[in-house]
Amino acid sequence: MKEAGVKAWLPSLLRLALVVLLIAFVTNPGWFEPLLKPLTESNAPAIYNQGSLLTLTLLHLRTVLIATVAATIVAVALAILVTRPAGVEFLPLSRSLVNIGQTFPPVAVLALAVPAVGFGEKPTLIALFLYGLLPIFENALTGLTTLPANVVEAARGAGMTGWQRLVKVELPLSAPIILGGIRLSVVISLATATIGSTVAARTLGEVIIAGLLSNNLAFVLQGGLIVAALAVLIYDGLSTIERYTARRMGQETA
Amino acid sequence: MIEIEGISKRYDATTVVDDVSMVIEPRTIAVIVGTSGSGKTTLLRMINRLVEPTAGVIRLDGADNRSLPGYELRRSIGYAIQGHGLFPHRTVAQNIATVPVLLGWDAARIKRRVDELMTLYQLDPQAFGPRYPHELSGGQQQRVGVARALAAEPNVLLMDEPFGALDPIIRNKAQEDLLAIQKRFGTTIILVTHDMEEAVHMGDKIAVMDAGKLVQYARPAEILAKPASAFVETLVGASEKPFRLLSLGRVRDAVETGAAEGEAIPADTSQRDALAELLWSGRPALPVTGADGKPLGRVTVDGLVKRAARPT
Ligand SMILES: Nc1ncnc2c1ncn2[C@@H]1O[C@H](COP(=O)(O)OP(=O)(O)OP(=O)(O)O)[C@@H](O)[C@H]1O
Ligand SMILES: [Mg+2]
Repeated sequence: MKEAGVKAWLPSLLRLALVVLLIAFVTNPGWFEPLLKPLTESNAPAIYNQGSLLTLTLLHLRTVLIATVAATIVAVALAILVTRPAGVEFLPLSRSLVNIGQTFPPVAVLALAVPAVGFGEKPTLIALFLYGLLPIFENALTGLTTLPANVVEAARGAGMTGWQRLVKVELPLSAPIILGGIRLSVVISLATATIGSTVAARTLGEVIIAGLLSNNLAFVLQGGLIVAALAVLIYDGLSTIERYTARRMGQETA
Repeated sequence: MIEIEGISKRYDATTVVDDVSMVIEPRTIAVIVGTSGSGKTTLLRMINRLVEPTAGVIRLDGADNRSLPGYELRRSIGYAIQGHGLFPHRTVAQNIATVPVLLGWDAARIKRRVDELMTLYQLDPQAFGPRYPHELSGGQQQRVGVARALAAEPNVLLMDEPFGALDPIIRNKAQEDLLAIQKRFGTTIILVTHDMEEAVHMGDKIAVMDAGKLVQYARPAEILAKPASAFVETLVGASEKPFRLLSLGRVRDAVETGAAEGEAIPADTSQRDALAELLWSGRPALPVTGADGKPLGRVTVDGLVKRAARPT
């Protein structure tokens, strides 16, 4: 009994510990200096000193958030369009478009986007947006095309219009699967956003790149760890929401 | 009244409903039976235009069912889909409220109606209203499916094997409930079933379908007594016929004068159950009592056996 209680609480405790640690690190990195000091050579600074870690973390998150929201809106809208009777013929076309977005390396997108929109956050947003489309689109498509047929027919039989069916039945039912796509997309974007710093976007990539340039392992590690912690926490949080929506409908998720 | 006139449905080259014409009188139950794939569901769904017919007309109380947009028509017709089709992301109360919400009823009226229906189906509104469909048993889910179809007090109710997944006891109960509701609200019901027993018990008329064609449409007694074809005969089940015929009548109508020993049979028992009771108790006759407990006479094995014979 006691052991089961501990087991159930352990993940929540770990999560909480990670949140506390992350906040402590980005707000008071100085506290952790002794830990990172051994990784530096010849008295180089152990804590990133060319900007605030907190600001960079928030900017990093903002970039990912904007790109993901845009990718979600476009991908879900596209999936809705191609699953309506009038839009079926666009299915192959939109599939290949979205696939190209995914197969095109983000670095190449950056290289191509900079001449067009200049340095800074914009090329990064474009790369993340294109890269994030596919998982959301594919999942939304799966969700919308694998709805239980008699539930959708019941909605029609009750006298719902096409729009009412979409909003009241089809989207809520595919929500867990769509959320799964968003989760994948966010995690990919969190990692990919770091390369945005090569074109002067202000992300946590700055810390990593500064570390690489000055051969400072402590910088590389702290930049990487913050990104990893963010990814783990967000992945975890979205999984929880997903499980909650799915369980409410009596679906089992893996 | 529902008038189906020369209705056909073709998918490419295959005709799944073939020139069906029938009239369902107001406040009656028409039961559609037939083998799997004979077009029962398709015929039913052409009434609320979930399927558009290839040819023919369907009139509801004289009005062509194409004179309204499909979704408005469907809000006025109750539909219990094959396999309940409850919305898994909505609570039981929300499921039942579906059509009233679409019709824009006010919240208080919706709540009253939902509570009324749940009470009618012996689902405590407090306990079951906030639950999700997957938290109910199969039988409860099916009752919620029927309640949802009834919610907006439709004059016409289409039911596609609504009691399919129920065990015999709950099935019986659900049938009795439906008959009571139908009497109370005067609903016109079209019910699809695979179960001949159910058809004979529930139907004012039975429609037999075979490969898209309506092969016979008549009162249960006539279907049993004069099957229009060998197909109907097989469907009805030759060896079951006398018992089905008996199940149509009540003991009240088979009472003879005289007394008998043994435990009395209530007058509203079906003649079939009375015969079973006589055979089981090994007595040639049993006393019959009315609803008030007064003796009415007796029912005999001989009398019932005569009634089970083919009507002439
Ligand atoms: N959309 C469709 N396209 C092509 N064929 C169809 C379609 N819908 C139904 N059919 C065919 O029409 C025939 C009749 O189907 P229907 O669902 O009406 O049968 P049913 O009598 O209700 O059968 P069951 O008792 O198994 O429910 C079947 O052979 C089926 O395969
Ligand atoms: Mg069917």
